[in-house]
Amino acid sequence: MSDVVKIATRESYGNTLKELGAEYPNLVVLDADLAGATKTATFGKAYPERFFDCGIAEGNMIGVAAGLATMGFIPFASSFAMFATGRAFEQIRNSVGYPKLNVKIAASHAGITVGEDGASHQCNEDIALMRTIPGMVVLNPSDDIEAKAAVRAAIEHKGPVYIRLGRSAVPVINDRPDYKFELGKGILLKEGTDVTIVATGVVVDSAIKAAKMLEEDGISAEVINIHTIKPLDKELIAKSAKKTGKVVTVEEHSIIGGLGSAVTEALAECCPTVVKRLGMQDVYGESGPAAELLVKYKLDGKGVYEDIKAFLK
Amino acid sequence: MTNLELQKMANEVRKGIIESTNSAKCGHPGGSLSAADIFTYLYFEELNVDPKNPDKEDRDRFVLSKGHTAPGLYAALAHRGFFPVEDLLTLRKLGSYLQGHPSMGVPGVDMATGSLGQGISAAVGMALGAKYKKLPSRVYTLLGDGECEEGQVWEASMFAGHRNLDNLCVIVDYNGLQIDGKLEDVCSAEPFADKFRAFRFHVIEIDGHDFDDIRRAFKEARETKGQPTAIIAKTVKGKGVSFMENNASWHGKATNPEEFKIAMEELRKAGEALCQM
Repeated sequence: MSDVVKIATRESYGNTLKELGAEYPNLVVLDADLAGATKTATFGKAYPERFFDCGIAEGNMIGVAAGLATMGFIPFASSFAMFATGRAFEQIRNSVGYPKLNVKIAASHAGITVGEDGASHQCNEDIALMRTIPGMVVLNPSDDIEAKAAVRAAIEHKGPVYIRLGRSAVPVINDRPDYKFELGKGILLKEGTDVTIVATGVVVDSAIKAAKMLEEDGISAEVINIHTIKPLDKELIAKSAKKTGKVVTVEEHSIIGGLGSAVTEALAECCPTVVKRLGMQDVYGESGPAAELLVKYKLDGKGVYEDIKAFLK
Repeated sequence: MTNLELQKMANEVRKGIIESTNSAKCGHPGGSLSAADIFTYLYFEELNVDPKNPDKEDRDRFVLSKGHTAPGLYAALAHRGFFPVEDLLTLRKLGSYLQGHPSMGVPGVDMATGSLGQGISAAVGMALGAKYKKLPSRVYTLLGDGECEEGQVWEASMFAGHRNLDNLCVIVDYNGLQIDGKLEDVCSAEPFADKFRAFRFHVIEIDGHDFDDIRRAFKEARETKGQPTAIIAKTVKGKGVSFMENNASWHGKATNPEEFKIAMEELRKAGEALCQM
């Protein structure tokens, strides 16, 4: 597997911002002293006059972004997911969401794949927080290709957008000619008849691996990649749920409030289906290498496979 | 406008505050009245704004960071011609565009506010944007003295000072009272002037009800280069209505019918007195 290309979605973000800088003269980027880590520094080096480091003050950064948006700029504000969406939640709600300002919040280091920094920095609540804000679009790309597309879709969309990005390098899984990113549309990665796996973000890879293992056991799994958690592609999920009758959600996020909740809520209203939510089971993460954490919290391919097997028994 | 004309207009703004909050049967008259002279000066003398073209790009911006005093802002905007004065009576009513706290969609309002500490950050962003675009626009933001207890006020001030945003003018409505009582009893952010100076602001301390003082301060702010300005305006909460003055209980409640009559009569007499000057 040494030929598998791996790249962190935060890298994809920084590279795409730099590209967009040439196309959008009104694109400005803000960071809160984490430009090297969130990769906004890639933009900052290319366009220093349009890059504003706000220092370690996330609430103010979001407000400054809001003010810039009222002046016709398209601000991308970045920090770690914990601080961008946790610390500055109310600023995003009241100074960006409520006035419907064209601010993009792109946060890196989401989920447990932050790794060694541990629980204080592993945000498993950001999707839940951002999803409750009226009008907020919530994107969670699964690899380099999807992250690039998501950043482009965000700038093309008028209004607030949250983009979730990861720290760790992840395999490129969407490298195929027919790949198309459409905001609000899920992607059917594999057809199946026995169970539907709905996955999001960097653990879509785990879902694909789990589906392959299930196949070997004679279980036909349908796999859906949900890169847009809000607005959710309810139609695609409901269609699949009606076909298979069993749904599993997979996310590197708390099972409370994230993809699992969104899918469960949608299905409960249209076609009640048994749903197994895989993700962080209402617990904090901990320090350790990202890959080992995924194994411990059963979010790697094998862990997802095992939990689905147990669910189907 | 002459000082006398400004005083007359401020009296009309005060009537608008009392009438609108009375109509809503709630709202925040105390801090609206303390800032009434500042609202009046801003909208009738200082701000480069055009009610007929409220979105013109090179306009000055005003952000009411102490958003709960929307009745004062709305009254000034209405009298300046941004929307009909009679609409003030729809304040806080279902379906009205005059929400309890300023929101987008009100002609002349540049930023939704209400959650304390957030407006100043947006104003700082506007000032930064105006600089980048090389617009002549100046950005003004009005803060409450109690609001300065919010940490975000100082995050924003640090940023503004660091970036030398001399097109930014922060005004603190220093009436000394917050919901739970006197600032000095609750959690005083004093000394205000020293704090803003420490964040690299030019600081001007004035009587916020004296139009000579107000005029001088805004002129000095405009002439100050290389750093933002903070105007600390000493005011009286509830100014203009005798029973509301210096009384924290009028922070967030409206008049009853009897109080309304007394308040309006006082303002009518004050207006008459100004006409005889």
